[in-house]
Amino acid sequence: MTATIPPSTGTADATSTDTRHHKLAIIGSGPAGLTAAIYAARANLEPMVFAGNTPLGQLMITSDVENYPGFPGGIQGPELMQLFRDQAERFGSKLLDKDVTRVDFSQRPHRLWVGDDEYQADAVIVATGASALWLGLESEEQFRGRGVSACATCDGFFFRDREIAVVGGGDTALEEALFLTRFASKVTMLVRREAFRGSKIMQDRAFAHPKVVVRWNTEVTDVRGEMTVNELGLRDTVTGEASTLPVQGLFIAIGYKPNTDLFAGQLDLDERGYCMVDGGTRTKVEGVFVAGDVHDHLYRQAVTAAGDGCRAAIDAERWLESVGEIEASTATNW
Amino acid sequence: MTAPITVDDATFEAEVLNAEKPTLVDFWAPWCGPCRLLSPVVEAVGEAHADKIATAKVNTDENQQLAMRYSIFSIPTLIVFRDGREAARLVGYMPQAAMEERLREFLA
Repeated sequence: MTATIPPSTGTADATSTDTRHHKLAIIGSGPAGLTAAIYAARANLEPMVFAGNTPLGQLMITSDVENYPGFPGGIQGPELMQLFRDQAERFGSKLLDKDVTRVDFSQRPHRLWVGDDEYQADAVIVATGASALWLGLESEEQFRGRGVSACATCDGFFFRDREIAVVGGGDTALEEALFLTRFASKVTMLVRREAFRGSKIMQDRAFAHPKVVVRWNTEVTDVRGEMTVNELGLRDTVTGEASTLPVQGLFIAIGYKPNTDLFAGQLDLDERGYCMVDGGTRTKVEGVFVAGDVHDHLYRQAVTAAGDGCRAAIDAERWLESVGEIEASTATNW
Repeated sequence: MTAPITVDDATFEAEVLNAEKPTLVDFWAPWCGPCRLLSPVVEAVGEAHADKIATAKVNTDENQQLAMRYSIFSIPTLIVFRDGREAARLVGYMPQAAMEERLREFLA
């Protein structure tokens, strides 16, 4: 959820330099970050979790989570994340609900800033996750919450018996479009190319659904309306021909972007901005580990992120032990 | 007592539109994740600025007329009503500092 990292107001939460040095800092508080915190806290690493201005990750904007093991009846995303947080805090993790605004991994201890407040950590786990992408149109921003949405589960309800459009050609777009058929009278899928990228089974469901219409080679150029959305400006990506589509809602589902702006020039990022790992959860920087959606664009599940957080905590503890920052005898027998 | 008051289709006019102070109204629903995240922030802002602004909550599931009347298409949506009219609108989650910044003119 921390797509943009606004400048922090930088109020001091820690009062002395002593409290600002930590064996382990964890940046991010979704399933990866908080699982790392649970493991690290139980290994007496007293982790400091920089939970961000919008803490607890992407599950905070979901409703029912039906596939997290241990909850046979399903659980609400925000409830699940509060349980993660409770468990991390129970074992002594400290959480600061503010964004890290700058890092310096060029020397050890590693340095992190929240506004003007500096923190130091021997080891760092980067678990900042990913955020939904927007089209980047000015008119899209203007109508956000007035017909433009990136969260079908949050907002679908308000489009009962209305005509809407979904932008995107991947699984997320297909899932959102099918979910929105519960409410909308017609769902037009706007796909930039002439094929979906999503799974075959989801494509078949979309093609078969009487409320779903697919428009290939189409991109959105403009969102128009008075108080709320009533029309989209479209362009054919092959012929360049402009057209309009009357709709009351526009749902954006064009994929995700890893939250790695903070680490540019510090960690190796691939061409899409994902952190690159160098064996397990290690990065090329000694003492810096990554976990969750910030490097994983394949699975992107709460349970895989949690598993990754566990691996990162174990890797971090072993590394701290290997460089003598913690005594070998205190290292946990996992 | 500064906790947000719960208002509905029937009480909205008296409690919000005819209120003396500007009123920050939280349009939410029980199934909405970000709403649960935002509600404590609304409460905190209401408590911190109880002399300047009142706070209220509208359950959009139970009060669809209000949701329609104010063109709610996304929740959480916060609307500040002043002198019976919409004076500001905020959509989506934001932390307390950001909310106070956006509501500065009402909190001064």
